[in-house]
Amino acid sequence: MNQMTKRPPHPRALPEQSEWTFELIEQAHEEIKRVAQGFGLDTYPNQLEIITAEQMMDAYTSVGMPVSYNHWSFGKHFLATEKGYKRGQMGLAYEIVINSNPCIAYLMEENSLTMQALVIAHAAYGHNSFFKGNYLFRTWTDAEAIVDYMVFAKNYIAECEQRHGIDAVELLLDSCHAIQNYGVDRYKRPAKLSLAQEQQRQKEREAYLQSQVNELWRTLPRREEEETVAQAPTRFPPEPEENLLYFIEKYAPLLEPWQRELVRIVRKISQYFYPQRQTQVMNEGWATFWHYTILNQLYDEGVVGDGFMMEFLKSHTNVVYQPPVHSQYYNGINPYALGFAMMTDIRRICEHPTAEDREWFPDIAGSDWKKTLDFAMRNFKDESFIAQYLSPKLIREFHFFAVLDDDKNEKLNVSAIHDEMGYRYVRQQLADQYNLGNREPNIQVWSVNTRDDRALTLRHTQFNRRPLNQQAHEVLKHVARLWGFDVHLDTVSPEGKLISTLECKREKRGRII
Amino acid sequence: MTYLIDRRLQGKNKSAVNRERFLRRYKSQIKDAVGRAIKGRSITDIENGEKVSIPVKDVNEPSFGHAHGGVWEVVNPGNQEYQKGDQIARPKGGGGAGRGKAGNSDQTTEDDFIFELSREEFMNYFFEDLELPNLVKTQLTATTDFKTQRAGYTVSGTPSNIHVLRSLRGALGRRIAVGGPSRRQLAEAEQELETLLLDGAPLDDPKVVELKKLIHHLHTRLLAIPFIDPFDLRYSNRIKVPKPMTQAVMFCIMDVSGSMDEQRKDTAKRFFILLYLFLKRVYDKIDVVFIRHHTAAAEVDEHEFFHSRESGGTVVSSALNLLNKIIDERYGAGSWNSYVAQASDGDNWDNDSVLCRQLLTNTIMPKVQYYTYVEITDGPPQNLWEQYAQVPDHHQHFAMQKIVTPADIYPVFRELFKKQPK
Repeated sequence: MNQMTKRPPHPRALPEQSEWTFELIEQAHEEIKRVAQGFGLDTYPNQLEIITAEQMMDAYTSVGMPVSYNHWSFGKHFLATEKGYKRGQMGLAYEIVINSNPCIAYLMEENSLTMQALVIAHAAYGHNSFFKGNYLFRTWTDAEAIVDYMVFAKNYIAECEQRHGIDAVELLLDSCHAIQNYGVDRYKRPAKLSLAQEQQRQKEREAYLQSQVNELWRTLPRREEEETVAQAPTRFPPEPEENLLYFIEKYAPLLEPWQRELVRIVRKISQYFYPQRQTQVMNEGWATFWHYTILNQLYDEGVVGDGFMMEFLKSHTNVVYQPPVHSQYYNGINPYALGFAMMTDIRRICEHPTAEDREWFPDIAGSDWKKTLDFAMRNFKDESFIAQYLSPKLIREFHFFAVLDDDKNEKLNVSAIHDEMGYRYVRQQLADQYNLGNREPNIQVWSVNTRDDRALTLRHTQFNRRPLNQQAHEVLKHVARLWGFDVHLDTVSPEGKLISTLECKREKRGRII
Repeated sequence: MTYLIDRRLQGKNKSAVNRERFLRRYKSQIKDAVGRAIKGRSITDIENGEKVSIPVKDVNEPSFGHAHGGVWEVVNPGNQEYQKGDQIARPKGGGGAGRGKAGNSDQTTEDDFIFELSREEFMNYFFEDLELPNLVKTQLTATTDFKTQRAGYTVSGTPSNIHVLRSLRGALGRRIAVGGPSRRQLAEAEQELETLLLDGAPLDDPKVVELKKLIHHLHTRLLAIPFIDPFDLRYSNRIKVPKPMTQAVMFCIMDVSGSMDEQRKDTAKRFFILLYLFLKRVYDKIDVVFIRHHTAAAEVDEHEFFHSRESGGTVVSSALNLLNKIIDERYGAGSWNSYVAQASDGDNWDNDSVLCRQLLTNTIMPKVQYYTYVEITDGPPQNLWEQYAQVPDHHQHFAMQKIVTPADIYPVFRELFKKQPK
């Protein structure tokens, strides 16, 4: 301690105080920005917004967006958050950051100066550079347009509520929300549109979509020559469709144009959040690594003092703590802990590789850590990131072990532990655990009965014999409401053998409302 | 380029709409919960809002997911003892190893979804379909009465409103105005005549004769101008202006004779509080007057009202007399809305009950907005009940109900104050 306090004071040192002021935040931000740019972080411009705890709860509950349409489920989340927060059961998130250009980061007024600096480093430089650099975000999201799009969605939905009633809109949104995780294109890349284009296209789309639907479902008898062609049993859709919401938007027979547009809005927002769901470990790990690295650098330079550092480290260690599996606090793997450990470990492998590292990571051992980390950030998602970079050293440190739970066996079987034999196996298993394709049941649109009762058949291809949850039937009702006719859900084995089937009959044929 | 923006003063309560949407969606459940809360506990706590719980399965938003079953292979941190190949007994509840199982969303806990209604929200649910009967409602919802006020004069009205001074002043003006030209001509003619006569014109000079004729004519014309004309009449104008009626007085009359045990007093108390809360929604200012009685009545403070113990016989009319006196002395009709709630076990001296009915019908009812009587008893109706039952024949703003247990209060209250068909 003595040595540290004897350092010459930095000319731009932050005062040792916990109260923040606008001047101090700006000063802290300047320093953080300087260091971050020195490390080569490439970010969107930042917009820092000071908000109250209540506003944080608001933001927290409407999918973290500065604007969102109104819906009861956001109210539900608000009530749940408010209750937890008021009782002191949980702290609020220190930060919310929005993948937009400029990148909006919220600073809560209750935070101390240290926490504000931590949040700026974490969100405004960590997450921000991740949003700008990672391939999934680059491919699937448009930081320029999202806030505009949310404004468009909010206004459009409010307009629908006025025209068609809150109940009708709410019912439809409920149904869309139930399958929003299946409103995602995994392979097709969306075109980027500005708000003006979006509004322009929305009009054209209404007309076009409706004409397509009419064509598909027209009831006029076909001409003779067509009849002979149609004799061959043609499937519709010709290929299974993974994007349920897209299929419904395009082909549901009874939806009105405004209802199709609502389906589309939910689908677009779901698509926007799809990269976030696949990069949690990386994104949080990256942001945590950078707040840690940046603030340590500021400490080394003498810009921040010991008191600052003590408070910062206390928060930091809380965030990256991983309770062991037998702990009462265990709630799965902490993405902050795993992500931060991996990012730190990659730097270590670059700077101080051991013989084991040279064997496992010949490409990166001893390389430039900044370039290596940057490459990792840009080109992976959680699943591939773990498969590529989780080192034996970390597997040992986390004491990872894999347990096989096969309901055909009476007991659970420890299939691998953190030893020489198990490293690769544990790493692959952990990577698979982050594969959204494994986490969510594989359900696709299989066929539609275009000639008779218009029933829609979904197909669930079973993975590891895992059954669907009990909510499946409820979800099916929502699908039926959107589709307007009977819906079937077939569960098949990977070989395509029918195992079971769920059914939802429409009691009354009629429009949604 | 960096922006630092202070958003603290704007955009508060963005979730208010969503919160309201949630409450709207679960209205029936919330109303049930509010109903249970009222039955289960003391009404004095009501002002603090209420915790409401809704079964989680009702607020759940369903989504596709995996249930437990089949093959799960899960990586966990924190291995302490296991070696590869170890067999572990399946934990009870089928949770596999650890709770961090991805996608295993059927394991949601069955705890209720609990949240708090604000005081305001709670009260809204509480009183939602309560409304005072039509008769009194005008007073309540409008919270205004009218008073007449002079507002100048009008040209039409009833004879009793004729304003004499204004009418005569108008008549005088009209007479001056209408007679002006003739009078001027008359003055000129008389002047001319006088000049002629002074000049020695003979009386039968044709010019003199003509002037005399003209003067006579003008005199006649001036006399023909009516002294007063319907046109002149002015009537005093009175208009109605709304007068705020934001004050009310609530009288709590309770029988504290020996037959009113603690439990009955408690029931009565809850009824009074409910009425108070109800009135509180409508009036800015409410005075509460407590009158307790056995053989004699006395005005007491709230604490004494509910907590002191008295015993002895019952003479209800003593309380009614006191009520009448207090209204006359302090809450004169016109500026106060008076509500009376009386609670009793129905026991009264035989010959007194008739007196009570007469007092009510003839004296008290015309002075109050609403009178409620609750009889807290599980026995058959007593003589007071029978007498009171005749009051509504004369006054519709009288209501009575029987309460057996505290749980009845709310329904009875609703019955007393139910919305009446229009």
